[in-house]
Amino acid sequence: MHTVIIGNGVSGITAARTLRKLSDQRITVISYETEHFFSRTALMYVYMGHMRFEDIKPYEDWFWEKNKIDLIKDRVTSIDFESKSLRLDATGELSYDSLILALGSKGNRFGWPGQDLQGVSGLYHVQDLERMEQHSPGLERAVVVGGGLIGIEMAEMFASRDIDVTFLVRETNYWNNVLPEEESQMISDHIREHHFDLRLGVNLGEIIDNGQGQVGGVVIKESGEKIPCGFVGLTPGVSPNIGWLKEGPLETNRGILVNAHLETNQPDVYAIGDCAEITEPRPGRRPIEAVWYTGRMMGETVAHTLAGNRTAYDPGIWFNSAKFLDIEYQVYGDVPARPGEEIGQYFWKGPDGRKSFRILFHKEHGHVTGFNLLGIRFRHEVCEKWLRDQTPVDQVMSNLALANFDPEFYRMHEEEIVAGYNAALGRQVRHRAKRNLNHVLKFLKSK
Amino acid sequence: MIILQKIGLGLVVTGIVLFTYLLTQGRYTVTEDALGVASSFHQESILDKAREAGVLNHTYHSSAAFLSDYKGVITAAQADLASSPVPDGIAEWDYKIGDWKVKEYLQSASRSCLSGPVKENPLKWLLLTIGLAILGGLLYILPAFSKIPGIKHDGIYHSSMKRGLKLPQRSFFLLATVIGVLWYGITYMSGQWFHSLHTLLIGALVVYLVYFRGEKTAAAPRSASPSAVAWLGIVTGTYLIGFYILLYWFPQYISPWIEMVDPVSRSISGNPASQWFLYGFLYTIIMLVMGVRMIAKYRHNRYQIIRTLSVVFFQTAFAFLLPEILARLNQPYYDFKNIWPLNYTFFFDWNLSTLMSSGGLGIFMLVWGIALVLIGVPVITYFYGKRWYCSWVCGCGGLAETLGDPYRQLSDKSLKAWKIERYTIHAVLVFAVVMTIGVLYTYFSGSSRLLFLDSNNLRTWYGFLIGSAFAGVVGTGFYPLMGNRMWCRFGCPLAAYLGLVQKFKSRFRITVNGGQCISCGNCSTYCEMGIDVRHYAQRGQDVVRSSCVGCGVCAAVCPRGVLRLENGSVDIDTRTEPLRTIHIRSDEVGIL
Ligand SMILES: Cc1cc2nc3c(=O)[nH]c(=O)nc-3n(C[C@H](O)[C@H](O)[C@H](O)COP(=O)(O)OP(=O)(O)OC[C@H]3O[C@@H](n4cnc5c(N)ncnc54)[C@H](O)[C@@H]3O)c2cc1C
Ligand code: SF4
Repeated sequence: MHTVIIGNGVSGITAARTLRKLSDQRITVISYETEHFFSRTALMYVYMGHMRFEDIKPYEDWFWEKNKIDLIKDRVTSIDFESKSLRLDATGELSYDSLILALGSKGNRFGWPGQDLQGVSGLYHVQDLERMEQHSPGLERAVVVGGGLIGIEMAEMFASRDIDVTFLVRETNYWNNVLPEEESQMISDHIREHHFDLRLGVNLGEIIDNGQGQVGGVVIKESGEKIPCGFVGLTPGVSPNIGWLKEGPLETNRGILVNAHLETNQPDVYAIGDCAEITEPRPGRRPIEAVWYTGRMMGETVAHTLAGNRTAYDPGIWFNSAKFLDIEYQVYGDVPARPGEEIGQYFWKGPDGRKSFRILFHKEHGHVTGFNLLGIRFRHEVCEKWLRDQTPVDQVMSNLALANFDPEFYRMHEEEIVAGYNAALGRQVRHRAKRNLNHVLKFLKSK
Repeated sequence: MIILQKIGLGLVVTGIVLFTYLLTQGRYTVTEDALGVASSFHQESILDKAREAGVLNHTYHSSAAFLSDYKGVITAAQADLASSPVPDGIAEWDYKIGDWKVKEYLQSASRSCLSGPVKENPLKWLLLTIGLAILGGLLYILPAFSKIPGIKHDGIYHSSMKRGLKLPQRSFFLLATVIGVLWYGITYMSGQWFHSLHTLLIGALVVYLVYFRGEKTAAAPRSASPSAVAWLGIVTGTYLIGFYILLYWFPQYISPWIEMVDPVSRSISGNPASQWFLYGFLYTIIMLVMGVRMIAKYRHNRYQIIRTLSVVFFQTAFAFLLPEILARLNQPYYDFKNIWPLNYTFFFDWNLSTLMSSGGLGIFMLVWGIALVLIGVPVITYFYGKRWYCSWVCGCGGLAETLGDPYRQLSDKSLKAWKIERYTIHAVLVFAVVMTIGVLYTYFSGSSRLLFLDSNNLRTWYGFLIGSAFAGVVGTGFYPLMGNRMWCRFGCPLAAYLGLVQKFKSRFRITVNGGQCISCGNCSTYCEMGIDVRHYAQRGQDVVRSSCVGCGVCAAVCPRGVLRLENGSVDIDTRTEPLRTIHIRSDEVGIL
C-alpha cells in the first residue's frame, strides 16, 4: 500500500502522522511550498521577529525520516485517476494506491486594476512572506484591504516595523459579518488605539502604478480618495487552491466535493482541509471551513479510514480562536453575528474595553448555545460539555468560574458578569463555583 | 524608540564604560602600614623584601604591574621564611607563608595599598557608574508603561543583542569555556590535573551517550539564528564572562570596584566590602532595575507581576540585606532561602561549626536548613511544583527572570539538548551528594580519605567547577549566547532534586486547553528551559516536565489562550494521560 498526500499543511501532515501511528504502509507527502511542515498561522511572527522560520516548524527535521514519512518538494501538475498516478513538475511520475488531497487555499482576487503590480501581495504562502520582507525596507505606508483575520494580522505585521498602515474594510465595523456588533466595535476601537488608519465601509477602487510597474498608491472606490503607499496587502478571504483540477473528472464546486467520509467521486481519492467542500454539512456548519482545527480533525479522520476503519467526519462542536492585536478571542458553539429570533443572549463588557463575555441560549428550551469571549480565556472542555449536554443557561452562569482559564492571579469577573446577567434578564442566579482544577476535573468526569 | 529611551541607553553604556574604566584608575603604593598583613613575622619579612626590591613607597599606575612585583616580593619572603628556623613557641604553619596565604596577601594588599580617584571619593564614582546606569536603565524602561498592555516581542530576532548565535559561534564559546575552565582548573588545584581529566572524561561520556549511541537522529543541527551575527550579544556575553572570571579567580584586579562600594557595606554591616559584597550589591541592583522592566513588559499579566515582585523581594531582603544585618549583629552570615545542594557549603565544617557555636539562632539556622531540604522541598513542590522555588524565590532564578528575560528565547529546544540536560543535571546532583557525604565524613571522623576520594580536594573542585565556573561563568555569562537558564537547566543540583519531585509526585502541571493550539511555537520559543511546550500543546497533553520552573511565560505568550499553570490532586498520577486534541478515540473506532 502506498498512500500519497498532496499538501504538507496541517491537514495533510495530521493525516500522515496518524496513519503512521495506525499502520506501516508507505506514506509520501508532496508539497511545492516548503520541504517541511510549518505552522501557517504563525507566519506573522516570523516577520515580526518573534520567531525564526525554524521555530514555526512543529517537528525537528529528522522527525520525518525517523517516522518513515517520505517528503517530496515538488508541484503536482496532473492526476490520472484511472491509472492512479501523478505527474510531478520535476520528479516525474508517481503512482499511488490511495490519494489524499490536502491542497489548502489561495488568496482571493477580485480583478482589481493593478492587482498584479510589484508590491501587491496576499498573505498565505511562505512566498508571500518573502515578498513582504523584500518590500519592507524603506516602506513608509502599506494599505491592507479586507477586514478579516488575515488582514488584521498583516496590518499588525507592518505596524511592528513602524510602517504606517491604512486598513480598508468593506464592512461598517471590523469583521462584523462574523462578530456581533459590540465585539466588532471593541476591536475597531482597539485597532484605532493602535493608530492604524482604519477606514470602514469602503472598497478598493484600483491600485495605482508608480510608473515602474510598482505600487504607487490606491484609490478608494466610494470617495475617489488617493492614498499613496508602497505596498498593498490583499486579504479579501481565501478559496480552495484547486484551479488545476477544475477541468478533470474530479467533482468540484468551490472546493473538492466530498461526502461525509471525505471521499471524492474518484476511487481511493480523499480531500481534506481547506480544499474540501462537504456536500451535506451538519446543521449550522458551512461546507468549507478553512480553519486549522477542522483541517486537523479531517486529517485524523481520513487516516483512520485508510488504516481500515471507514470513519465519518464529525466536526464536533464549533470552536475557534484568534488574536486581534492585543485582544484574544475565543468562541465556543454557535455565535452568529445576528442570531435568530429563538436565541437569547447576554453581553458583558469590561471597564477597560478590552474584555467581554457573551453567552447565547435558546429562549424556549433555556439551554446554552454559545460563548463569545474577548480578553478572557475559557476552558474548551468545560464549554464543550455544557454545550453538548444542552445545559440550562442559569446552571452555566452559576458555575461560570469552572470555565475560567485565565492565568493565576488574574482578576476574575464572574461575580460582575452574573450580577449583570441577573439584572438584564431578571434572574436570580447565584454564582457558586470557584476556579479550581479539582472541581473542573470532577465536573468533566460527571455524567 | 523615543528620544528618552535613546538617552537612557546612552547613560547605561556610559555608566558601564566608566565602570570598566575605573579598573585602570587604581594607584597602588606599598607603604609600611598599608600591607594588610596580620602576622608580624610575615609583615617584617615582606617589608624587607619590598625594600630590597625597591617596591616600597613606589607608586604603581597599573594593577598588573603592581601585582606582579608584589607577588615577587611575597614569594621571596615566603622562600626566606621557609629556609629560616622557626622561633621557639611559634607553630610552623603560623611562621611560614603557605601558598594559599600568598593569594590572600595579594588580595588584601590590592585593597590596602590602593589610592586614586575611587579611594578619594567612592560615592562619587558609585553614582557616576552604577548610579548612571540605573538612571539610564529606568529612563529606557519606564516609557514601556505607557504602551498598550500586551506581548512585546516585536523585533527580538532582528536585534543584534537578542537573536542568539549560530552553531559555529555557539560551539566556539562552549569549547573555549570548557577548555579554559579545565585548563585553569589544573592551576587552581595546585597542579593536580586529574580533576580536570575526570571531568573531561565524564563530559566525553555524556557526548557519547547523546550523540553516538542508539538510534541515529541524523539531521543538520538547528542553526540558532538567521543570517546576521549577534555582535552585541557576543560582546555582552564576553563582558559578563570576563566579569565572572575576575570576580571569582582574580579579585585582586578589581579592588577599585570593591573600594567603590565600601561605604555602602560599612553602612549596612559595619564591615569593609569584599568582592562578595560587591557582587551581591550589583546583583540586587540589577534585579531591581530589570525587575521594573519585567513588570513593565508584562503589566497585563498579574502572575508575572507578582512573581517578579517575589523574586526581587527574596533577593533584596533574604539574600542581600538580612545576612549583612546578621553580620552586624555578630550572628552567622546566613541566607535563609538558600537550600542545599544549591547552597553547597551548608554542610562544610566551618559552616557547621559557626552555626553550632552561635547559640539558639545558629541552631535554628541549622535545623531550618536541614528541614528545608528534607521537608520543605518535597512538601511545597508537591503542592505547587518546583516553581515555588525556581521562579519565585531563588536568586539564580531571579536574575535569570529579570536580567535574563531578554534572552529567554535562546534556549535550545532540540531533543539532543534535552538528552544532554538529563545527564548533566543529574551528574551534578550526584557530584554534590558525593562531595557532601565526603565532607560530612571528614567532619565526623576527622579523616579526609573516604574510599579513594580526598574530601578536601573534592570540595575544592566542586566549588571551582560547579560553584564558580558552571553557576557563574556559564550560568550568567552565557545569557546572551545560549539563554538565561543554562545553569538552572543543565547544572543546578537543587533544580534536579525539585524536578524529581515535580515529575513523580506533584499536583502541578501546565494544562492544555482542549484543541485550541495552532502549533505556532511561541510557547516553545519563549520557554527558557528549552521545553518544547508545543509538542505537548498540539496533542493536547498536559505538560509535566521535571525542568519546568513554572515561570508562566508560555501561558502569557500563547496567542490562543491554550496554556495554564495549575495544581490539582484529583488526577495526580494520570496527569499526562489525556490527549485532548485527539479527535477520534481508537476505542470508538475499534482499531484492527
Ligand atoms: C496568515 C494566516 C493565519 C491564519 N490563522 C489561523 C488561525 O489563527 N486559526 C485557524 O484556525 N486558522 C488560521 N488560518 C487558516 C489555516 O492556516 C488553514 O486553515 C490551514 O493551514 C489549512 O491547512 P491545509 O493543510 O488544509 O492547507 P495548507 O496549509 O494550505 O497546505 C496546503 C499545501 O498544499 C500544497 N499544494 C497545493 N497544491 C499543490 C500541488 N499541486 N502540488 C504540490 N503541493 C501542493 C501547498 O504547497 C501547501 O503547502 C490562517 C491562515 C493564514 C494564511
Ligand atoms: S500552545 Fe499556544 S503558543 Fe504554544 S504552539 Fe500552541 S498556540 Fe502556539
